[in-house]
Amino acid sequence: MRCGVLALQGDWAAHAAVLRRLGVETTMVRTAADLAGVDALVLPGGESTAMLRLMEPDNLAEKIAQRVRNGLPVLATCAGVIVLATATKPSQPSLALLDVEVERNAYGRQVHSRVAAVELTDELGEPGRIEGVFIRAPRITRTGPGVTVLGRLGEDPVLVRQGGIIAATFHPELTDDDRVHRLLVDEEVGHGR
Amino acid sequence: MESSENRFRVKVGLAEMLKGGVILDVTNADQAKIAEDAGAAAVMALERVPADIRVEGGVARMAAIEKITEIQSCVSIPVMAKIRIGHITEARMLEALEVDFIDESEVLTPADEENHVAKHGFKVPFVCGCRNLGEALRRIGEGAAMIRTKGEAGSGDIVEAVRHLRAVRRGIKTLGILDEHELMAEAKILGAPYEQVRWVAENGRLPVPNFAAGGIATPADAALCMTLGAEAVFVGSGVFKSSDPAPRAKAIVDAVTHWQDAARLVEISRGLQDAMSGLEVGKLTTEEMLSRRGW
Repeated sequence: MRCGVLALQGDWAAHAAVLRRLGVETTMVRTAADLAGVDALVLPGGESTAMLRLMEPDNLAEKIAQRVRNGLPVLATCAGVIVLATATKPSQPSLALLDVEVERNAYGRQVHSRVAAVELTDELGEPGRIEGVFIRAPRITRTGPGVTVLGRLGEDPVLVRQGGIIAATFHPELTDDDRVHRLLVDEEVGHGR
Repeated sequence: MESSENRFRVKVGLAEMLKGGVILDVTNADQAKIAEDAGAAAVMALERVPADIRVEGGVARMAAIEKITEIQSCVSIPVMAKIRIGHITEARMLEALEVDFIDESEVLTPADEENHVAKHGFKVPFVCGCRNLGEALRRIGEGAAMIRTKGEAGSGDIVEAVRHLRAVRRGIKTLGILDEHELMAEAKILGAPYEQVRWVAENGRLPVPNFAAGGIATPADAALCMTLGAEAVFVGSGVFKSSDPAPRAKAIVDAVTHWQDAARLVEISRGLQDAMSGLEVGKLTTEEMLSRRGW
């Protein structure tokens, strides 16, 4: 398995470090040619407007969308969730691959960023909580019928799955707990079988 | 979970999110929109860009409140703003305004000629400039969540940013070859906190993200900073003092992502008009150099 990390802007290096710790072959994706060689993809945290802008020259947005529609497993964190969502508030272009609505910076500006405990469903195993690093995080305000909630902060879904797409509004890549990344790795292994 | 450790983690976390990005100086809402549309990862709201501060002179202070709120209301990306070195109250006011990052900056006229702000006591993260490793570690010791080179702001000359990036890198490498018994003496020479010195010696990098600033005027300048180990770049006068701000901003954003791909840099740079004319740093007097401010 070869996992790509979209390395246009953001904390892609932190994701790559987690994947390497898990023993996964990892490569950075900046062009359409890079994308062609990967079996799974991480959309990191960062600024969604910057990432979407940087996808334009190679028409990378459409190429990623095609691969994901054809089953490419994806892990998206924070800005990555905004990039994948079907609708965003305030409205901006997105890949519309994950049937959720998100509100950008919904918890406020940076002074409201925080570390908070996310309550997990059984699927992620013990312990039943995971440390959630929320940085100017988006809020998922609606989930479609095909979307399963795997983790909540209070009432808000913050970790969800839809088919091969796993999406977290927080940053598991900034902690030592690699269970969210392992979901992606297991997804790809299952897919390859 | 609001421990002081977690508070610092979310500050550094935002700096992590800005990596691979461009932070652009803007002086009004129109420029902020141009920056966001170009793909900037954040904007720095200020009254005058450094090149104008140089020409016009006078005391340079924190931007007007209206200016900052105007810029905050028109973009979704993080908004930073500058305070004078050591100006604790400007910092508290920017925190109350909920700017996303404070730059305690040598570009403004210093408020204190001995002390910087104690930054751990704030919820808002700070970035500070440095010319070498010792200065970087003093600022981190005070609580800075991001370090940038000072370079020479408003000059359009990359030479100082290169000097500072290389100095930090050389300082880190030097710590790596010292044994543990030599680190206290080295901390004394650097004028840096011992704990920070030890951390860098063990990890071979700064404990917070390390960005470049000061004199970046072209996509090639930005890519050069990335080549020398910067993790993102600040561009001040280089965009809005050029003949073609919007395409230049876009080109610099692209160059920071594709800095390793020379063929792509050629395409990115093709067709750009004149860069800012600039001032050769070698011809400035010591008093004219903004990078000499800070202690």
